[in-house]
Amino acid sequence: MDKIPILKVGKCLLVTIQIDMHDRLAMALQDDLTNAIVSTKSKGVLIDVSALEIVDSFIGRMLSNIASASRVLDAVTIVVGMRPHVAITLVELGVQLSGIRTARNVDKGLETINRLIEQSESTDADGDD
Amino acid sequence: MPANFEALASVIEQSEKDLLSRWIAALTAAGATRSGQTSDKELKDACGRFLKELRNALKSGAGEDIASPPWQDVREVLEEISTARALRGYSPVETALFVFSLKEPLFDLLRKVLAREEHLADVLIASGGVLDRLGLFTTEVYQKSREEVIKRQQDELLELSTPVIQLWDKILALPLIGTLDSARTQIVMENLLQTIVDAEAEIAIIDITGVPAVDTLVAQHLIKTVAAARLMGADCIISGIRPQIAQTIVHLGLDLQVVSKATMADALSLALKKTGQRVERLAARG
Repeated sequence: MDKIPILKVGKCLLVTIQIDMHDRLAMALQDDLTNAIVSTKSKGVLIDVSALEIVDSFIGRMLSNIASASRVLDAVTIVVGMRPHVAITLVELGVQLSGIRTARNVDKGLETINRLIEQSESTDADGDD
Repeated sequence: MPANFEALASVIEQSEKDLLSRWIAALTAAGATRSGQTSDKELKDACGRFLKELRNALKSGAGEDIASPPWQDVREVLEEISTARALRGYSPVETALFVFSLKEPLFDLLRKVLAREEHLADVLIASGGVLDRLGLFTTEVYQKSREEVIKRQQDELLELSTPVIQLWDKILALPLIGTLDSARTQIVMENLLQTIVDAEAEIAIIDITGVPAVDTLVAQHLIKTVAAARLMGADCIISGIRPQIAQTIVHLGLDLQVVSKATMADALSLALKKTGQRVERLAARG
């Protein structure tokens, strides 16, 4: 079975979805990703969907599940590079991904995620004082 | 039947000039020149060409099926006249009158020339039938050209009404003008999202100064557009909400779930701040 690679870049994990997602693959990704967050002690997850052309409500829900699970594990999720038609489809399906941050491309996404991680680390440090 | 048409053709040929002048007189009396919109010369040319082609078609023994090839030239003349009149804003009656007003002078002429012939009635019936068909044909062409005009205008309106402007580096503006219905929202949304990709924009300012009214449906469309832009990684700011519209929104209990600013200028200054840019006045000039 296909697998989606999860790469560690700095303090966050980079997931690039380069093939059409089917339901089993999405479930597997969710499992792998939560495990990887714990094992690598990552503080952020960056999901690049720029190659994703077809989405359905299941994929939309999977994305928001991943975000919720990451939040519980103290990692922020950011989705980057969504195509216009994918965005329209998700909105029409009523999936607004309100808990997820977004950015235009991987570059911007990494910038945002590093800033967020720094912010959360500094507030944590303040809390310890 | 062909004999009747040949008789008709020869009658027209014999007194073409007389027929033409009486026809033009009838047309002018009926107001076909529309107080100078169509010049007398133009009308005379059109009538002359039509009579000539009609005579040729009748002679060729084509029968009364005006869709057949021998009628091709007659149809072309009529198409030209009808299209021109449709574009000039003539009514369908005025356009159809072009052919129908030929009936009276033609029938008069036939009655005089064929007074003692046995087949007068047959010729009258046959020519009446042909003229009726040609008249209906002009109406059909008229209708078609009007539909084309309407369709082109609709397309132009749709194109005109959805510009996405690059206001600054990474900042787009979308001035909405007119009512937002589902079809327009779809186009607006697609345009905006595509431009966000092309310009790598971070902020999109949606200006609704030109939207006459906001009801729940329009608000729903706005929320959808904002949500889609957010999914693409761009934030939206709504500007230009007029006082009455603000009251309506509150009355309806709507939540636009987005930052809103009173004017486009305020929205731009917020957008500049968010993207880490600044506009400064140069040191006093002189």
